[in-house]
Amino acid sequence: MQTSAAKDRTGAPDPALSVRNLTIDLPADMDRAHAIQDISFDLIPGQILCVIGESGSGKSITANAVMGLLSKALKVSGGSIRVGEIELTGARPSALRDMRGRVVSMIFQDPLSALNPLMTVGDQIAEVMRAHGVGDRASRRARTLDLLNEVGLPDPALMIHQYPFRLSGGQRQRVMIAMALALEPTILIADEPTTALDVTTQAQILDLIRDIQRRKGMSVLLITHDFGVVAEIADSVVVMEKGKLVEQGPADAVLKTPSHPYTKRLIAAVPRLTGSDRVPPQGFASAPVLKVEALNKTYRSGSALMGTLRAVPAVRDISFQLAPGRTLGVVGESGSGKSTLGRLVIKLLDSDSGRIMFAGQDIAPLGEGEFRRLRPKIQMVFQDPFASLNPRSTVGHSLTVAPIAHGMDPRSVRAEARALLEVVGLSASAYDRYPHEFSGGQRQRVGIARALMFKPKVLIADEAVSALDVSVQAQVLELLDRVQRETGVAMIFITHDLRVASQICDEIMVMQKGRMVESGPPSQIFLHPQSDYTRELVAAVPGGQAEMDGARP
Amino acid sequence: MTAIDLSDRPNRWWRSRAVQRFMRHRLALLGMVMIVALTLACFLGPYLLPYDSLYIDLRARFAPPLTGQHYLGTDPLGRDIAARLLEAGQISLQVGFYAMILSTLIGTLIGVIAGYRGGLVSAVLMRIVDAFLAFPSIFLMLALAALLKPSPVMITVIIAITSWMEVARIVDAEVRSLREREFVLAGRMLGLSSTHIMFREVLPNVLGPIIVAATLTVARAILLEAYISFLGYGIQPPLPSWGNMLNGAQQYLDKAPWLAIIPGLTITIAVTSFNFIGDGLRDALDVRNDQN
Repeated sequence: MQTSAAKDRTGAPDPALSVRNLTIDLPADMDRAHAIQDISFDLIPGQILCVIGESGSGKSITANAVMGLLSKALKVSGGSIRVGEIELTGARPSALRDMRGRVVSMIFQDPLSALNPLMTVGDQIAEVMRAHGVGDRASRRARTLDLLNEVGLPDPALMIHQYPFRLSGGQRQRVMIAMALALEPTILIADEPTTALDVTTQAQILDLIRDIQRRKGMSVLLITHDFGVVAEIADSVVVMEKGKLVEQGPADAVLKTPSHPYTKRLIAAVPRLTGSDRVPPQGFASAPVLKVEALNKTYRSGSALMGTLRAVPAVRDISFQLAPGRTLGVVGESGSGKSTLGRLVIKLLDSDSGRIMFAGQDIAPLGEGEFRRLRPKIQMVFQDPFASLNPRSTVGHSLTVAPIAHGMDPRSVRAEARALLEVVGLSASAYDRYPHEFSGGQRQRVGIARALMFKPKVLIADEAVSALDVSVQAQVLELLDRVQRETGVAMIFITHDLRVASQICDEIMVMQKGRMVESGPPSQIFLHPQSDYTRELVAAVPGGQAEMDGARP
Repeated sequence: MTAIDLSDRPNRWWRSRAVQRFMRHRLALLGMVMIVALTLACFLGPYLLPYDSLYIDLRARFAPPLTGQHYLGTDPLGRDIAARLLEAGQISLQVGFYAMILSTLIGTLIGVIAGYRGGLVSAVLMRIVDAFLAFPSIFLMLALAALLKPSPVMITVIIAITSWMEVARIVDAEVRSLREREFVLAGRMLGLSSTHIMFREVLPNVLGPIIVAATLTVARAILLEAYISFLGYGIQPPLPSWGNMLNGAQQYLDKAPWLAIIPGLTITIAVTSFNFIGDGLRDALDVRNDQN
């Protein structure tokens, strides 16, 4: 303590935020004793410090500890958190409350749940100032308008009367940032501020944070799991693993020459945007197994009778074909219709018009009963590994129930299930366990095993790796690639992450507002995009440009 | 790729968080003990008592409690109240239990179908539920009891058809939210039939709320049985039930108050115990209570 304080005085300016030997205990029956253990780092004034780690690394708990927002079950058992001259650990709740918003403020991951749905945007921003007794009604209103202007929201005078549900995700996050800036704090903590947003929006919000930080000379502590974000914005980096700080330093040094094996592994696992095409698996027929022609789907809500009919076209005139052993990537932002397309092809939704040629017939007009016998041949891996397995069924049951219901021999089905669990990298003993005993990545492997039970011809992966940590993501992508090379299954890979798509796809289809904007091999999409929208998407990939420029010959 | 190691951690149900949470709920535990004691007493007790419930001891009419071997006294005909109370308990508890089973089955069936199918099917089924709820159930019960021959089975059925709606509504709401979960979509994707998905995949996830509702239904069914029997439309003498024991006691309230107090107290104990268990289960099965 003595020495480090002395060094700070002689060398760099006093840190805006200084965390020393911070340890926070977990409740007794958890899988480890400390949520975070012996963490020390400094936030230099006017810098952006990124704390990066996978789920369960304790990065969010660190942020919450600084804000004094820890859940009651967690206790700070040692160390100190200093903001300027003030010690925060053990401070009275009223002192912390006074400091929050005024000196340190925070923006959250999900701006929809962090905003009060029943209050207008203007009232919520003004409330921050009122709670701290700043200004009067008129001055708070004026300041609110200033803030909305500052975070780049159009037409502030109209915006203050809006309710959060009327805004887009990016606009909501801007409102959150305006709230956080209301009292001109010296420190801004951002907990995964762009994780819930589309790439183009993500790029805008990161720009905004950087811009405001420079203009106001603020210090920013940014929590993220994405090395792309770090490359884009960070001045320095703290890497956390399982509650321990494993490496810290300037962003460039950590990214280019990581020293700790965990950091190396993490950086290696980050999906890179590659402009080179994949070598497709050989030895499979080239005739398409699936052919989609002019598929359309429009969502209708409300009623014609009441005059409230609303029609939202989700998929418009989409055509493609898919050969065995090949992977078609479908990319786009939220609302582009990519998930709808997947569900139409697998007939979890009915299409309005168009043809889906599969197994020698048009499956689009088939009813649920007629199509059931073909379902085994076209399977799906879902996005959320926590929701896609029945919590009340053992893994074995989840794997075997459908084949048995389709009349296959129970004994051989069970043997097959155990064998498949080994194939996807779980042990056969997983068979008798329940989903809650597994991590997200393990559950996703179960999801993949389930989809493979029938030896399908077509596999649709709907954001199958989006909910996973990068290192797990890499393993699951590798698994899908290996399965495809062994079985020749044709894949439709739906994702919002262009970096992931560039890794695994032979061909990529870019969708926007239900239409196909462009389609072609990765080399075309990423190096020579034909449409403006694709160019915009590729440019917005965090940390993407730097790598691509390096990769280009 | 290396197989992921899964060290053996056997799951014992009594160590599960839900059971621990239930054990922490003092009143629920007390309720559980009371119900077990009451059930044992009602079904085994009569064999240990010196008098049969139909034996008329004319020399000892209106005997107060603790007279000789009439531990709880006798009624106006000189029958042993202890024996009658326990035998009445057999009938009242059984009516409560079977009414709960029946109403839970009906309610669950309607609720699952309405919740999973949605649309028109749900609209029709839930309007039927509304219609049943809108009908004054006591009136319906008394009317039915007056028309049909009131046997214990009949009373059970009548109670069940007037109390299944709450279960149906709970199950409908739960299934409606589960229907959007990906594992239900996965079931369709795998080609499972709707019936299979409804009853084998979705239903097990709704068991918690159903069990809670069922426990509270037992309490209400016991109360309803007492109510109609007290009004004379329920279980008919000489068959004893807690309700008709109260009925027989009302004209002697000033002279022999224990005739009313003893069955009244028993009903109160049974009903509150079931309610405590219900509350305890509600807390135990709610995962959100894990945090404190």
